[in-house]
Amino acid sequence: MGILEVKDVNKRFGGLQALGDVNLSVAENSVHAIIGPNGAGKSTLLNCLVGKLIPDTGSVMFDGQSVLGRSPHEINQMGISRVFQTPEIFGDLSVMENMMIPCFASRDGSFRLHAVENMMNEKDIVEKAEAMLEDMNMIDKRHMHANSMSRGDKRRMEIGMCLAQEPRLLLLDEPTAGMARADTNNTIDLLKQISDERDITIAIIEHDMHVVFSLAQRITVLAQGTPLVEDTPENIKGHPKVREAYLGETQVA
Amino acid sequence: MLGLNKNDLTLLAIVAVLTLFAPFILNPFPADSAMAQFNAGYPDLMQRFIIFGIFAIGFNILFGLTGYLSFGHAAFLGVGSYASVWMFKLLSYNVVPAILLAVIVAGLFSVLIGYVSLRRSGIYFSILTLAFAQMSFALAYSVLSNPRFNLTNGETGLQVYKNDPQIFHGENMQDFPHFFGIYMNSTHTMNVGAWSFDFNAGYYLCAIVMILAFYLSIRIFRSPFGMMLRAIKSNQTRMSYTGLNPRPHTLAAFVISGMYAGLAGGLMAAMDPLAGAERMQWTASGEVVLMTILGGTGTLIGPVLGAGFIKYFENIFSKINDTILHQWFAFLPDGIEDFVVFIIHPFIGKGWHLTLGILFMLVVVFLPGGLVEGGQRIGKWIKSRGKSDDSTASTEPAE
Amino acid sequence: MDALILQILNGLDKGSAYALIALGLTLIFGTLGVVNFAHGALFMIGAFCAVSLSKLLQFSYVTIDETQKDFLGNPLKVETPYIESWFGPELGASIIDWSVPLSILLAIPVMILVGLIMERGLIKHFYKREHADQILVTFGLAIVLQEIVKYYFGANPIQTPPPDALMGVSNLGAWFGFDLPYPNWRIVYFCFSALVITGVFAFLQFTTFGMVVRAGMADRETVGLLGIDIDKRFTVMFAIAACVAGLAGVMYAPINPPNYHMGMDFLVLSFVVVVVGGMGSLPGAVLAGFLLGILESFASTTWATTTLPGINQIIIYLVAIIVLLTRPRGLMGRKGVMEE
Repeated sequence: MGILEVKDVNKRFGGLQALGDVNLSVAENSVHAIIGPNGAGKSTLLNCLVGKLIPDTGSVMFDGQSVLGRSPHEINQMGISRVFQTPEIFGDLSVMENMMIPCFASRDGSFRLHAVENMMNEKDIVEKAEAMLEDMNMIDKRHMHANSMSRGDKRRMEIGMCLAQEPRLLLLDEPTAGMARADTNNTIDLLKQISDERDITIAIIEHDMHVVFSLAQRITVLAQGTPLVEDTPENIKGHPKVREAYLGETQVA
Repeated sequence: MLGLNKNDLTLLAIVAVLTLFAPFILNPFPADSAMAQFNAGYPDLMQRFIIFGIFAIGFNILFGLTGYLSFGHAAFLGVGSYASVWMFKLLSYNVVPAILLAVIVAGLFSVLIGYVSLRRSGIYFSILTLAFAQMSFALAYSVLSNPRFNLTNGETGLQVYKNDPQIFHGENMQDFPHFFGIYMNSTHTMNVGAWSFDFNAGYYLCAIVMILAFYLSIRIFRSPFGMMLRAIKSNQTRMSYTGLNPRPHTLAAFVISGMYAGLAGGLMAAMDPLAGAERMQWTASGEVVLMTILGGTGTLIGPVLGAGFIKYFENIFSKINDTILHQWFAFLPDGIEDFVVFIIHPFIGKGWHLTLGILFMLVVVFLPGGLVEGGQRIGKWIKSRGKSDDSTASTEPAE
Repeated sequence: MDALILQILNGLDKGSAYALIALGLTLIFGTLGVVNFAHGALFMIGAFCAVSLSKLLQFSYVTIDETQKDFLGNPLKVETPYIESWFGPELGASIIDWSVPLSILLAIPVMILVGLIMERGLIKHFYKREHADQILVTFGLAIVLQEIVKYYFGANPIQTPPPDALMGVSNLGAWFGFDLPYPNWRIVYFCFSALVITGVFAFLQFTTFGMVVRAGMADRETVGLLGIDIDKRFTVMFAIAACVAGLAGVMYAPINPPNYHMGMDFLVLSFVVVVVGGMGSLPGAVLAGFLLGILESFASTTWATTTLPGINQIIIYLVAIIVLLTRPRGLMGRKGVMEE
């Protein structure tokens, strides 16, 4: 029984079957990759997991509880954090503030009206945020305006913001899309480190096979909205069905 | 001190000193000099500065922090005024229960409106608040003033009559709002040489309330809640994917700013025990938007500056007429003098709104940060000039 | 039965005005992505085109008629409009009489010009800025336009009568055998609005220009990528929208004497109309305009106002709030318009 169980999920957009009978089980503390050609339904699946879309049929269970019908912030409070394809950060705030917000969210829940306390006097929050910035290697950027950072830094900060909430499941949506090789490798190292050091499950949607095979312990291949195969990276590499699905679109290394 | 850092404390101190000494500061010209028309130190006007300052501070908590542009905040001000006058009618002319009820009623009213309007964001939110405000105006103006159920007294406006209950009104009390016996219209005039300064009880009540309101707004700006509100403005998606529910945050901000508006409305009624529907019209809501933008959205001091600026120039501009203009430009040759007066004429007197509209457009186009940004730019310019002077001064000996 | 029809008819004139303003607002919003708070001012400027022309046509010179005496016994001063002396008394008088419909000829170029200046001079700098900024700058512009008109025309409403021939009341029910008196000019106004609305839709539907604009409304970036200079077309679209609002104003002048704040009054309601119809939906704007106009007319009946005094003034807002809460996209709103 995995930490995330997706059963018979279907989703249609008008006449288009985006997801058809998707079954997926992500084991606790593993790194699970979901790959597939463009239009395979990867993003739709992810949106069903975080409450942005509601599947037409089927169930999505996280740690024994259904996530369906819950709003994104409730699902996050259950322990699922999401990293977006283009970094979603609080661009108008400082880096430190960006890091403090998730710390508040994991301490105080989805809403608490602490309107007259000075936020800098919340010692535990400040310490936690600083520690996380330390971990992400960006403590010297703490006073910077988040929007003025490079894309790689934004990505790293976004991952840090998610980790600051101590989620049990981290969802990543093409975290290296549009990145230079060096940045991609840094991100891979960071994610490896996270999965080694922390008690966390990572589910990653990715196009870049290099990233997938360096990280994943299990891989699910989606094509036209249905899972083709689910197996270890070694077995996926030579799998004929996978070759067929990609058909030269990406070389399977 | 007071839970503020040094900069904020200085700002608070400056605001406190400026408001408490306003009767001096705003009357820099001797009473019978030609420049006396530029004095603004008389009670009625100073009260308006302060009351609109409070209104704008509250509006800025919503618009400045969350970016939700409400076009209906005057409704809360109006509701506050009505609530106060009702307290005068039912209990007594004491302002304390009146202002308290004004804040409470405005708060409840804003929970209602906020709950509905905040289901949408962006332009929809602006239009919804606009619709609510216009509806409140229509309610106050006609619906709630029928003979069977007269809550607002329609066109005439709500006021206190001789046959109202006023159960706590003392035998020999005057018929004017008071703070435990200190009447709001009692003024002490101090004459120093040619100068004359007015110290008005009502003004000082407003001033103290405003300093408290300003202090509270600094605390809110620096609080975790304030940061959450800025986060909502910056990125709502990230906000909800960080496990935070944006809606109660925005609703809380909306209600707080509604209560500020109610406080302003209550004070307005305390200075002059009358409440009319026109206070709720959407042009009145537009005015507070103008004040906040003109001063500097999202800054602490901006709204206060904006309110003071608009109310001051409104007063000055409405006083200037052609005769005064002819006096000013008398040094010019006759033809040119007439021409200059002719050009300026549409902008003065009743043309104040035209000037305001143009000014406002210029600010939105060229100076989105308002007066505060303008001040900062000038400050930077002076600094950089000073620096370049320094550097030339310091490099010269080296050469 | 006839009371019912009468109320529907009564709602049509206001409904037409709402529909025309809302149509223009939607065109501007859909094409340029700008929320135009100055659109009411365009409606007002249209109405004042009618006022100006009727004043212009009545410019007169004074002659002294020695044969007649006024009540003081002095020779009678006769004012003769220049028009009458140029075209002869009969033709001249009828030109003056028809000044409102003639104002259409004046209003079209004036409104196009105003629209072009507004778009090129101000609005185009705000395409990339936040909606809040667009609202604010157009709000400022609305104040300026309104104050200029107030400066030149004063604060009081100005009577602008329709031509004598269209002044009276006709009994619409006569053909069907019941009594249904209805002012002629309102019939004209409704027909005129229907014509303008049909014209705009036909233009968008059947011309290449309209097709490009519709495509641009659906997906601006893609059309831009196709190498079509969409910006230029949007400028023209803004001018057309201004023109529609102006024409609505011209013909509305005889129904309610124009005053400087009529634009703002209509603007708030037109926004509500747009929201109820669905932001970005042209048919929605027209439909909602007429529906709300008719609804308002029903709420103004004596029966409604005695049951609930003032209901006529809040009904539109009430309906708007209910619609927005139950159908957040409005009656005919498209998905994805103005959602985050």
